[in-house]
Amino acid sequence: MGVELAAGKAGLTEMEDVNFTDLEVVRFVRDALTSFTVGDRENYEQLIGVIHHTKNLAPDEVALLVTSLKALSGAVSCFDNVHHELLSAIFGMSMWHYSPDVMDALVELIIALAAASGKYIDSCLDMLVRNFMPPYNFLELLKQPRGLAKKDHVLDRVHSALEDIADLIPLAPLRLKRIVCDKMPHSSNKEPMIVIYAENMLRLERSVMGELVGDMMLAAVVDKLIDLDVEIEWEDILQDDSGKGIFEMELEDVEETLDDDDQEGEQLPREYSSGRSFRGNASAEKLDSMLVLMFEHLKTCAKDGHLAKVFETLLESFQITVLSAYKSKFSQFVMFYACSLDPENCGTRFANILADIFLSSSYPPFKRMSAVAYLASYLSRAKFLSVSFVVKMLQRFQLVGWCWNYCENQDGTINPEAHRVFYSGCQAIMYVLCFRMRSAMDVPRLKSQLFLMPIEAILKHPLNSLKVCLPSIVEEFLRQAKAARLFMVSETFVFNDMLESELSRAFGGMERLDMFFPFDPCLLKKSDRFIRPNFVFWSMVRTTYDNDDEEGSSEEDVFEDFTGGSGENVVNDAMAASYEDHDIDLDEFDYSMNKMSITPKNSLKYRFGGELRGGAMQMPSRIRPSMSPESL
Amino acid sequence: MTSMEGMKVSEADLVVYVHPSKSHKVSQAVLRELSSLLFKYSETFDGVVLAYEVDVPSKKAKILSGIYPYLGVKLRAKLLLFNPKPGMLLEGKVVKLSQQSIHVIVLGFSSAIITEEDIREEFKYKIKHGEEVFASTSNKHHKIKVGTILRFLVKSFDEEILHISGSLHPANTGSIRWLYKHMEDSSNADRSIKKREESEGTQNAASISMNTDHRHKKPKRQRSGEDS
Repeated sequence: MGVELAAGKAGLTEMEDVNFTDLEVVRFVRDALTSFTVGDRENYEQLIGVIHHTKNLAPDEVALLVTSLKALSGAVSCFDNVHHELLSAIFGMSMWHYSPDVMDALVELIIALAAASGKYIDSCLDMLVRNFMPPYNFLELLKQPRGLAKKDHVLDRVHSALEDIADLIPLAPLRLKRIVCDKMPHSSNKEPMIVIYAENMLRLERSVMGELVGDMMLAAVVDKLIDLDVEIEWEDILQDDSGKGIFEMELEDVEETLDDDDQEGEQLPREYSSGRSFRGNASAEKLDSMLVLMFEHLKTCAKDGHLAKVFETLLESFQITVLSAYKSKFSQFVMFYACSLDPENCGTRFANILADIFLSSSYPPFKRMSAVAYLASYLSRAKFLSVSFVVKMLQRFQLVGWCWNYCENQDGTINPEAHRVFYSGCQAIMYVLCFRMRSAMDVPRLKSQLFLMPIEAILKHPLNSLKVCLPSIVEEFLRQAKAARLFMVSETFVFNDMLESELSRAFGGMERLDMFFPFDPCLLKKSDRFIRPNFVFWSMVRTTYDNDDEEGSSEEDVFEDFTGGSGENVVNDAMAASYEDHDIDLDEFDYSMNKMSITPKNSLKYRFGGELRGGAMQMPSRIRPSMSPESL
Repeated sequence: MTSMEGMKVSEADLVVYVHPSKSHKVSQAVLRELSSLLFKYSETFDGVVLAYEVDVPSKKAKILSGIYPYLGVKLRAKLLLFNPKPGMLLEGKVVKLSQQSIHVIVLGFSSAIITEEDIREEFKYKIKHGEEVFASTSNKHHKIKVGTILRFLVKSFDEEILHISGSLHPANTGSIRWLYKHMEDSSNADRSIKKREESEGTQNAASISMNTDHRHKKPKRQRSGEDS
C-alpha cells in the first residue's frame, strides 16, 4: 500500500524523497484541512494549487494530483463549509482534461464526498452531470477516434459513479433527475453538446437507475425535441404556395447550404432555387441527430424487452407535449418509430389512444382535431398496420360511427366553425381511404365492411363535408370512391386545383388543423433511414382507379409514371427528366433534402422511379388529383 | 436489548384539498396527495412518512368558496413515521467500508455514515482474504464487513437529504448478530431475545419486541420497494 510520492510533492511539504503510506498522506491532508480552520493556510492553499493545476501536467504532477485526490477521499470527514474554496476547486474539475488514473481518483473522491455528508450530495451530482458534456475545445476532438475513446473513458466513469452513489444513498436518483433536467443545455446550444447530453440521459434511462429516473429522462428528451421542433417554422414553408395540392407539401430537411446549390443547382426545380431559405435550419440538424439518438435508444429497448414500459412514458409525454404543440413537425416520429417496433401492442395502442381523444367530448376541440389528424396520418402512413386493422379503426364505434351519430343529430347546414370536429373527422376518413381503399377493396371481407359503412350518408348529409374539407383530399377520395363504386356524387366539384378552400380554412381555424398531416414524410437526413422502411409513400399507394396495366391509367392521370420507365409520356418537364437521368441513391438525394419546401409536382415520377430501383426514394406522397396534366 | 428505535405510528386527522378537476376521482386524488408525503421529512408529523393507511370517515366534503371550488376531504390517517433523533439506536446494512468510514443504509432508503472518529478503539481496520473488515480486538468473532447488519447510535440526522451521521462508540453497538449472541449476558438476560436468536431465520419467533419490530418494518419495506 505504499505510495512513493513523486518529486513534485516537494512543493507541498518538506518531506521529499521519502516513502509514505497512504495513511500518512491522508493524515497529512487531514491536518491541512483542520489546521486551516484554526488559521494555518499554507498546506491548504498548496492543496488548492494542486487541484487548480490542469494544463499540461507532467507525469510527476499527475502523480501528485492523483495522490492528493486519493488522500482527500480519505479525509472527507474533515471537510466543512470553511473549505468552500477547495470544494469549489474540486467540483470545478472537468474529467475531460485528465488521464484515466486522475479520473479514477477524482471519481472516488466525488463518491466519498457524496456519501460523507448530506450537504455535498447535490454538488457532487451536479459535478458529475456537468461532465456529461466536454469542454467546448473538445468538440473537434470528438470527431476522431482518440476523442471517442476519451468520451468513453469519461462517461463510463461518470455513470458508474452515479450508480455507486445511488448504491450508497438510495434517494440520490430522485435528486439526480431534477439536476439532470435543470442542467439540460438550451436548444440554442451547439448540436454536439445537446446530443451528447441527451445521449447521457438515455443512458441513465437504460441503467439500473432507469426505474427511478427513466420516465423523467425520456420526457425531458421529448420536450427538447419539441423545443427544437417549434423553432422550425411552418409558415415559411406554406405561405407562398397556396396553389399546390395539399399532398405535395413535403417536409424536407431545411438546411440550404451553398455547397448544395453549387453542386446540384442545375437540377433543382424552380421551387427550390427560388431562395426560400429556412430560418430553423440549425434546429432541424439538431433535431435530426436527436431523433436518431432516440430511435437507436428505442431499438435497444425493443431488443432488451422493455419497450412496453418506455412506450407508456412516451405516450404520456406525447399527449402532454407533442399533441398539444402547435403542429409539431418531426417529434411525432418518435411515436411512429416506437409503434413500428411493436405494431401488435404499441402500434394498436397508439391508434386507440388517438381515437379515444377524438371521441371524448371532454377534450377541447383543437385537441380532438389534432388527435384525429394524427390518427388519419398514422393509419395512412404506417406500413406495419394491416389494412384490416385500419378498417376496424374506421368502423365500429370509432371514426365513421362517431361521424354518423354526429350528423344524425344535426339538422343545420354548412357551418365550418360550429362543426369543425365533425369536419376534421370526415376529412380523416377520406384521407385514410385515399391511402387504403384499394387494398381494402382487394379483400372481400373488408370490402363488404366498407360498403356497409354509412360513409355516403355522412358525406351527403346537409352538413356537406365534401364542400368543407380540403378540396384535394375530397377530389382524390371521390375519384377513388367512384372507381371502387363505393358511391357517386351527382354534383360536380370543381376545385381548380385548390390547396384549400375558404371553408376548410374556417374549420381549421387559426391553427390550420385542416392542413395538418403529422406523418407526412419526414425527410430529415439522418433519421430517415429509421422511418423509411415502415413508411407508406403516396407513390407506393395503389388507387382504386389505377389498374395494374399501364394503358388503363395513362389516359387520365399521371400515376402511370410510377412505372418509371414510361416517363416520357406525360411529364416531359426538363426537371423531371433530369431527375430521371440521375442515378439516384440516398446520398445523392440529400441535396433535395436540404430544403424544406413543397415538393415540385413532377418529382412524383422520380420518386416512384427510385422506389422501383430499390427503395431509395423518399419523397412523400402526394395525391395528384385528376387535373394534373394541365397543372404541369 | 431493544428493537430498533426511530419508528413510530401516528394518527393524524387531515384535510386534503382536492382540485375540482379531480372531483370524479376523489379517492385517487387523496392517495396521490398522501403519496407526495412519502420519503420526505415533514415538520408537521416530525418524521419521514414511510407508509400510510387512510380512512375517510365521512362521504361529505366541504367545498371552498372561491374561483376554484376545492373540496376539503376529511381523513383519518395512520402514518408510519421514521424520526431518528440523536441518541437513538438504529439498525442498517453495511454497504461500503473503508479505513475512514462505514456506510450503512437504514430501512433501504436512508443513508448513514460512521466515520473513523466515531468508530470505537476496539475495532481495527483490516483486510482479510481480500475483504475489508473492522474487527474487534477484544472479541475476535465480532466483525463488521459489507453485508453486516449494524446497530449504531444516531449523532445527527439531515432532514432534507435524510442522511444520518452515526457512531459506534457505545458498547451496545456493532454487528447485530454478535450483539444478540453476547449482549444478553450483560443486559438483563431477556429470554425472548434468546429464543429469537435460537430460532433465527424461521420467522416465527415469539419475541413480542421482535414482532412489533417486524410489523413496523414490513410495510415500509414494501412501500420503499413500490416507490423506488
